[in-house]
Amino acid sequence: MLTKRIIPCLDVRNGRVVKGTKFTDIRDVEDPVVLAAFYAQAGADELVFYDITASNEQRDIFLDIVKKTADTIDIPFTIGGGIRSLDDFDRLMKAGADKVSINSAAVNDPQLIKEAALRYGSQCVVLSMDIKKNEKSRWDVYVKGGRENTGLDAVEWAKRGVALGAGEIVLNSIDTDGVKDGYALEITREISESVRVPVIASGGAGTMEHFYEVLTDGKADAALSASVFHFGEIEIRELKEYLKKKGVEVRL
Amino acid sequence: MIVIVDYGVGNIRNVERAMTKLKMEVIVTRDIEVIDQAKAIILPGVGAFRDAIGNLIKYDLVDCLKRNAAKGTWIIGICLGMQLLYEKSYEDGEYEGLGLLDGEIVKFDDSELKVPHMGWNHLIKQREDELGKDLSDQDYVYFVHSYYLQSDNKEQIIFTSSYGVDVPAIVRKDNIIGMQFHPEKSGAVGVKILKNLKELIV
Repeated sequence: MLTKRIIPCLDVRNGRVVKGTKFTDIRDVEDPVVLAAFYAQAGADELVFYDITASNEQRDIFLDIVKKTADTIDIPFTIGGGIRSLDDFDRLMKAGADKVSINSAAVNDPQLIKEAALRYGSQCVVLSMDIKKNEKSRWDVYVKGGRENTGLDAVEWAKRGVALGAGEIVLNSIDTDGVKDGYALEITREISESVRVPVIASGGAGTMEHFYEVLTDGKADAALSASVFHFGEIEIRELKEYLKKKGVEVRL
Repeated sequence: MIVIVDYGVGNIRNVERAMTKLKMEVIVTRDIEVIDQAKAIILPGVGAFRDAIGNLIKYDLVDCLKRNAAKGTWIIGICLGMQLLYEKSYEDGEYEGLGLLDGEIVKFDDSELKVPHMGWNHLIKQREDELGKDLSDQDYVYFVHSYYLQSDNKEQIIFTSSYGVDVPAIVRKDNIIGMQFHPEKSGAVGVKILKNLKELIV
């Protein structure tokens, strides 16, 4: 059976992993390549890197990290953050990324999804969505790091993205992100049932049970988290053993 | 010498890296004279079938691959590269493949299933083969594909994986080998499979 995936996410700024970490068993936890290798060894099914670098010069540093990561690990990884054009796509794919995720750029120019899917295949194109519940209990799509409401309905945007060629969706709930109170189950389930591509839930993991909930009730195909892994609060192997015991198919 | 055919689709460096790590000497090329001297030819590939076969035609590689297959050179297709080995694909139309093996590439049509078939899935052994040495039914490999092989030649299917249907995962007919998943992205299990491949072809 196809397993549910557990995906640590690494935010990288100026060549270093942001968010404090407290691993005792690796020395340089801020080196993205070292941390990536650690997670791959620990049983992560995939990795996601977000480049939150501001300037262009520093983007070259990031590209170098992508290359080194591809040289080092033998599990798939996705790159996101600041991808605006097909050229950006090209550079990252050539550097060794398996998938590239686009967010604001896809909202600005939905054709980018289509062009990228035509060139690399849908399986390389991940549509990342930052979403937030509105007063009518529907979910809006936000851009610019969650600062700007596009007014797009999350379910409709997901469907449109998939129709254009996105092969996977990352659903990041702004409300639950960093709160550690659990993933946004309802909207994850609704979107997962509305599209035929895999959905990765993001934002809100605090306990192992949260992972269980989103992978069962939330119908997510994968669960992504940064802090619980970075801070060593949850160990990947332990999490997977827990999930397996509860009847969730995972790779151990 | 092992050749990885560079026919202008997708990211093939990862395959090269994985093989180099196992100390295999590989050359990435589309030069027919070089390919003709290879002991093994790797046909990687991600992307669309139409573009892939189109590029093989464009670079004059179709006859070259057929000729080498006929003379017994190892031909190893990975992911889309495996699909290219077959007669026909129905990906966004109907396209002829290399026809080195009998079978057709069709879409997952169970509406309950997510497509692409993306992620880690079990290998289920169908028959003994050197490629499956030291692999157990507990081993997972990484798949990413929306189309799969339908073939009556069950004796050529060494491993399957289950995704609504039986998905052929490793196929082999004599010197022709196909892997639907990505061994270069399948962690320690992938390394094991590539090592088995190395023992076979080097």
